[in-house]
Amino acid sequence: MKYDILIAGVGGQGVVLASRMFALAAMKAGFRVSTAETIGMSQREGSVSSHIRIGDEISGSLIPTGHADLIIGLEPAETIRNLPFLKKGGKILVNSHAIPPASKPPGSPEYVPEALLAFLEAHVPGILCLDFTQLAEEAGTYRAANVAMLGAAAGTDMLPFSKEIILAVLETEIPEKHRAVNRAVFEGAIKKIKLSSGHPDQEQKVKSNV
Amino acid sequence: MTEKKLLMGNESIALGAIEAGVQVVTGYPGTPSTEALETIIRYADRCGIYTEWSSNEKVALETAVGAAYSGARVLVTMKQVGLNVASDPLMSLTYIGVTGALVLLVADDPGPHSSQTEQDTRAFGHFANIPVLDPANPQEAYELTKLAFELSHEFEIPVILRTTTRVSHSCGDVELAIAEPAPVEASCEGFTKDRRWTIFPRLTAERHPWLEDMQVQLSERFSGLPYNSLSGNGKIGIIASGVSALYVKEAVKGFEELFTLFRVGTVYPFPEKAALSFLKGIEKLIVVEELDPYLEEQVLQLTGRAHLPVDIYGKKNGFFPVSGEYNVDLVIDGINKVLADLGEPSHLSHASPAVLREELPPLPVRAPTLCAGCMHRTVFYAFKQAAKQLKNGSQVETIFSGDIGCYTLGNAFPLNMVDTCLCMGAGMSIAAGLSRTNPEVKQVAFVGDSTFFHSGIPAVVNAVYNGADVTLAVLDNRTTAMTGHQPHPGIGVTALGSASKAIDIANVVRSCGVEFVRTVETGSLENCVEAAKEAMEFKGPSAIVFKGKCVGITKSGTRLTIDPEICTGCGFCVKQLGCPAIFLPAGEDKPLIQDSCSGCGLCAQICPSGAIREDGVKE
Ligand code: SF4
Ligand code: SF4
Repeated sequence: MKYDILIAGVGGQGVVLASRMFALAAMKAGFRVSTAETIGMSQREGSVSSHIRIGDEISGSLIPTGHADLIIGLEPAETIRNLPFLKKGGKILVNSHAIPPASKPPGSPEYVPEALLAFLEAHVPGILCLDFTQLAEEAGTYRAANVAMLGAAAGTDMLPFSKEIILAVLETEIPEKHRAVNRAVFEGAIKKIKLSSGHPDQEQKVKSNV
Repeated sequence: MTEKKLLMGNESIALGAIEAGVQVVTGYPGTPSTEALETIIRYADRCGIYTEWSSNEKVALETAVGAAYSGARVLVTMKQVGLNVASDPLMSLTYIGVTGALVLLVADDPGPHSSQTEQDTRAFGHFANIPVLDPANPQEAYELTKLAFELSHEFEIPVILRTTTRVSHSCGDVELAIAEPAPVEASCEGFTKDRRWTIFPRLTAERHPWLEDMQVQLSERFSGLPYNSLSGNGKIGIIASGVSALYVKEAVKGFEELFTLFRVGTVYPFPEKAALSFLKGIEKLIVVEELDPYLEEQVLQLTGRAHLPVDIYGKKNGFFPVSGEYNVDLVIDGINKVLADLGEPSHLSHASPAVLREELPPLPVRAPTLCAGCMHRTVFYAFKQAAKQLKNGSQVETIFSGDIGCYTLGNAFPLNMVDTCLCMGAGMSIAAGLSRTNPEVKQVAFVGDSTFFHSGIPAVVNAVYNGADVTLAVLDNRTTAMTGHQPHPGIGVTALGSASKAIDIANVVRSCGVEFVRTVETGSLENCVEAAKEAMEFKGPSAIVFKGKCVGITKSGTRLTIDPEICTGCGFCVKQLGCPAIFLPAGEDKPLIQDSCSGCGLCAQICPSGAIREDGVKE
């Protein structure tokens, strides 16, 4: 067994925390696991990605090009930046909530989220796209978009472990005072994903709502 | 009872050290090494371990050496460039040796992700006659840490545990021998006076043969260790160490019958015996290693010495890149190049991605930038203004020398305020040097508070003593920000969080003989510009300590808003400051302030039409 997950986002979105949840869940399910975080020089606002490798044997922590089974993109541009890691037939879960870079250094292209989402939809069949930030906000806090996406991944049964395992990890990893809200976000996302895709197993495009 | 835990490489090193009975741990923060000491700090009280963030790596090593001379087990942590700072005592220490045990964690940064160099500590071990262990993942990092302490104790020599970013900062399931760190039981015997602790030419002459003999003994010992292992029995040999060995394993998946892989975990002294028995019968050898051709040189000289007819493919003949971080794809390319050269029909294949890199649409650049509300932005902007006024008034140009820390990002667009940056503590000395050769130009040097204590002080002393005309701007944000907010001697708090004597930077500068010394809070841009101007106009060395707080350790203030009625859309705030909280939505002409605003008020102070206000929007 091997299952490679890549989580991409911007500093402050909780990429590292989400990857820790996956890694712990994988261990609980009896797999070996390794993760690598790629964080740039900036403390904030920079691109952040985390590679999670789950399987029966130990490999280097970086996912090779074209190997990822699943990309979880907390932000459209960062999802596309990491797209070459996705294998043919791999799955994508993307947050349509865009975070444009603040400063625009000379030569940096305009950020048009709609165009990027359209690119994703055209190139990767069956992407799951929702405003997970909004979903998290409705359930309690916009900061938990990462947990909403964990829930969505668990809800569509694309992971090599059950949602109960992730939920158990959530209970131990999230500090007491944030636990209830995160649980609500997690479960809200599962429901919403099931609702919007009709059947849990059937991948269906959810209209983006940028 | 063993227990499996998800640990970062640095955490597993810390737990390995605690299990090995470490009693004293010192270090200076440096990515990617920092979390090792931070993890030990978490257990320090419970386990009875003395820990400190020292003011620099040389001091950290020397402090640890004193403890080791007393028979204690000690660990010193640093990144590869920190090893350069510590190299002076280290080169002598190898002759003297230690009792107890002394292990140096040195984290290399191929890539580099956040470093000034891509230097390879394996080569440093060779240069300094210090054994080097090179783990491939967090599990091995844990085991090799324990081995490092054993070896150091047994052979009475310092040992380097060398990691790279992909080991130090990778997390994995680690099987621990002891579930929870227990109090360290070892006690140390204390210092015994002996001439062996005083380095002296005669002692050096006596010890040098011992040191050289030690390399031979260690090489023997290493040849028998399981961390140097063989797998496969194909006709093409591959030798690799560290995380590169794992890349090789993955790259040759499905082609295992073609290759024999020799993984080297104890890289210096090179385990020659084990290598020789691997090399016998191998005619083609591929060397896969990040950074220096270290293993390649070892096998080149070994096969030469043993008259083995082996063709070696590595960096030296252009089959693998000589710099940068490796990954599976790059290793596949290198091995394929060799296979093609050998006329081998089977080639390793890359996975085909869903979307090729070439097909990606243009993506916005997320350039590294100072945080929203960072006090450094105010200081840089103030000096920019002061220099502009100076230029307009008297045609005098200014050169800005930076240093190492978050504030190196002052080089970024639109501030562009770092003209030189070399290594920790060099800003002031480079500025002094520039002042000799550019007498008509103003020199300003920036230094952070932690860097000031690290190696900034001697540069100040030197500038004063030799009468260099330099303005020093100390960016005192009350922490070592870039590596995750460790305390330093200016803070008044130790590594464990207990109160200690804070050392006042302005007083230090004054006692170094600087006559113009001001302390300015960064809340008011106007005061900062005023102070900058005065300091720059002062003849002779001058200094300003700018006091503010890193936004990473303070609660955000009130978020500011831009009144669209008053805003003229001049774009001054966006174009001048580069604050990530101010942004211009695509197609609009009036900027917005986002959540990440920390309320520093800098933009309000520069808006020409007074459109930016505190509106009481609280987070
Ligand atoms: S007050 Fe202005 S400069 Fe300061 S953080 Fe907020 S937007 Fe940035
Ligand atoms: S500087 Fe003031 S007037 Fe100019 S764009 Fe910014 S907020 Fe508007």
